[in-house]
Amino acid sequence: MNFEHTEDRRMLADSLNRFIAEQYAFDARDRIAKSAHGFSKEIFQNFAELGVIGALFSEADGGFGGGGFDIAVVFEALGRGLVVEPLLGAVMVGEALSAAGSDAQKQTLGDIINGATVVAFAHDEADTHYERTRVATRAERSGEGWVLHGAKAVVPQGEQADLFLVSARSSGKVDDEAGISLFLVPAKTAGLSVRGCPAIDGGRVAELTLDGVKLGADGLLGTEGQSHATLERAIGRGVLALCAEALGAMEAAKAATLDYLRTRKQFGMLIGSFQALQHRMADLLLEIEQARSAVINAAAAIDGTDRVARERALSAAKFSIGRIGALVAQESIQMHGGIGMTWELPLPHYAKRLVMIDHQLGDEDHHLQRYIALGKEMSA
Amino acid sequence: MDLNFTTEEEAFRSEVRTFLAAKLPVRLSEKVRSGKILAKADMEEWHAILNARGWLANHWPEQYGGPGWTAVEKFIFEHECALAFAPRIVPFGVNMLGPVLIKYGNEAQKKYWLPRILNGDDWWCQGYSEPGAGSDLAAVKTSAVRGIDAQGDHYIVNGQKTWTTLGQHANMIFCLVRTNREAKKQEGISFLLIDMTSPGVEVRPIITLDGEHEVNEVFFSDVRVPAENLVGEEDKGWTCAKYLLTYERTNIAGVGFSVAALEQLKGIAATQTKNGKPLAEDPAFAARMARVEIDLENMKTTNLRVIAAVAGGGVPGAESSMLKIRGTEIRQEISSLARRAMGVYGRPFVEEALHDGFEGETFGPAYASAAAARYFNNRKLSIFGGSNEIQKNIISKMILGL
Repeated sequence: MNFEHTEDRRMLADSLNRFIAEQYAFDARDRIAKSAHGFSKEIFQNFAELGVIGALFSEADGGFGGGGFDIAVVFEALGRGLVVEPLLGAVMVGEALSAAGSDAQKQTLGDIINGATVVAFAHDEADTHYERTRVATRAERSGEGWVLHGAKAVVPQGEQADLFLVSARSSGKVDDEAGISLFLVPAKTAGLSVRGCPAIDGGRVAELTLDGVKLGADGLLGTEGQSHATLERAIGRGVLALCAEALGAMEAAKAATLDYLRTRKQFGMLIGSFQALQHRMADLLLEIEQARSAVINAAAAIDGTDRVARERALSAAKFSIGRIGALVAQESIQMHGGIGMTWELPLPHYAKRLVMIDHQLGDEDHHLQRYIALGKEMSA
Repeated sequence: MDLNFTTEEEAFRSEVRTFLAAKLPVRLSEKVRSGKILAKADMEEWHAILNARGWLANHWPEQYGGPGWTAVEKFIFEHECALAFAPRIVPFGVNMLGPVLIKYGNEAQKKYWLPRILNGDDWWCQGYSEPGAGSDLAAVKTSAVRGIDAQGDHYIVNGQKTWTTLGQHANMIFCLVRTNREAKKQEGISFLLIDMTSPGVEVRPIITLDGEHEVNEVFFSDVRVPAENLVGEEDKGWTCAKYLLTYERTNIAGVGFSVAALEQLKGIAATQTKNGKPLAEDPAFAARMARVEIDLENMKTTNLRVIAAVAGGGVPGAESSMLKIRGTEIRQEISSLARRAMGVYGRPFVEEALHDGFEGETFGPAYASAAAARYFNNRKLSIFGGSNEIQKNIISKMILGL
């Protein structure tokens, strides 16, 4: 039993934290997060040069990490910095390529790792409400290739993506697990239109419309109609990444709130001397430690071979993070009082990100129900 | 980062399991499993079994008869005992007084009292709380006045202790007494060992809300205590008191108890039905169970993280306050769900059914009476050992620096 990260991971986290402190301080981040581009291409490139993306992949895929704790370490640091650059897309699309890609398709991994290609995961649709198997976008065979029709919702940093991983139904009913296929769709493909807008927590998101998007045979990733397992693996990595990111944001929100309690005076006293606030802060500390344990459990489970154990740990973590993230967001704003409502303070931006993480890849309710359903599979 | 126990630790776990399978009497584990009340003889029997194996005083150093376990081994032992529904070790002599004597007692005290604890010659109880000193423990008023007469150096003790758990079985009590009224609150307290058969000691039962006699009041009227029964220095008893409260709290989260109780709860939820289907399939009940299960899964890791920090040379300080708060909340929630699972049969309460020798009729499922009683009894978890609010004060001061 050992809860220390390896020296390599600690060094990576240190250099990433240092880079963020120097290059991504609040003012810089704020400029980037509300820019028309949605993120900084230069910073994204810097992350790649620091090895941040390479750490998310195994040596076989051209990286130097790829374990659950590599993802956890990187994304916790990104969460502390409220980083908006599209690393989530890299880890999810990269995982799908690694799991199901042909040798030719896997060539893209190199460009993902060196930051040359921005990739985005396009799976959610307008009415899926996080249900993974609900895929209405259709894929039809056309000669050797495929034609896609449909729409994808709220793709992170979709406007700047060079390549999308799109889920589409090639057979079956709208909720069937079987019949889901995955496609690699370059951004410039005819018939694909991208309409973007800002996200409330920084960066931009996009709606995708696929109106007769024609792809060659090499546009299909993996086996036609049998991509549910790949989808689950990619989402699993994304879930872990988001949980770790949330943990970093929670730690930052906690530190800011604690700092405020130690400096702000009212009634001639530090507000941190009031028991009502002390106990709320102690509760937050407890909950954040539980959240950290949830992330550790998920990171340890993600590379395991037992599917149900792995997915249960991931859903347990996302549920915990959703619940605790909202609590940390709400409580830290409340303990800051009026100043916690202002744009100029970093704290509320952490709060926004924490709450919005619950809107990505399944919220608290979704993952609680999924955890229960997986439990039945376990006992069945 | 590695969440697994080492090969040696896994071997130790097997050793503990083998021991429990062979030596834990089924009669005792069944009583614990079904929420029955253990008699004094039951607890003494289990202590003797553990002592014969050298595992009773598992927090003591080897030279005094402890097994010399690491923090991880202690955790594994306590966890496995809970999973096997072993009776709890009565903590007052073994886990509380023992370590205090080892740290602050003189040679004569250690030589005399420690073997008696191991052998079960004395049944110790704890004289800390008073009617006016609960969470504010340092407000103790029970007085001990020093004097010398023909019979020797002694104290005369007057006052009252309360919430004395299992005091009805005890022949000895360790007490915080006030030896100096002039000194600041914490500085005039001494740690005294008192023979409960002395003239002037009276024990009165307190019946708790579940109808049980578990705790007592203890009154002292001019009780004469030999001065040699003072542990540590006079007026410095607060040091002993604090040491006792924070010493070795590897099991304060009670994760093993929660794991065992959750397994029981799942069994109940699979058996009890609602509209012809197992209660476990009711979405609202299933969600409550899943919530507490996830919290417990997280807690297991939080607990191990604290233990790993201790094993790595860290100090288990205020972290044990975190374990206490969340650990007791989880235990309370599980017993709350077990009570809810009983439906209308939560109410019938045949108290005698929880004691030895009952042969009458029960109402509803066999575990019904115990479920509600355990829920009410478990309200104590967030109150004793420093209420959860006191634990938050400790976290606030020691960890958050507020």
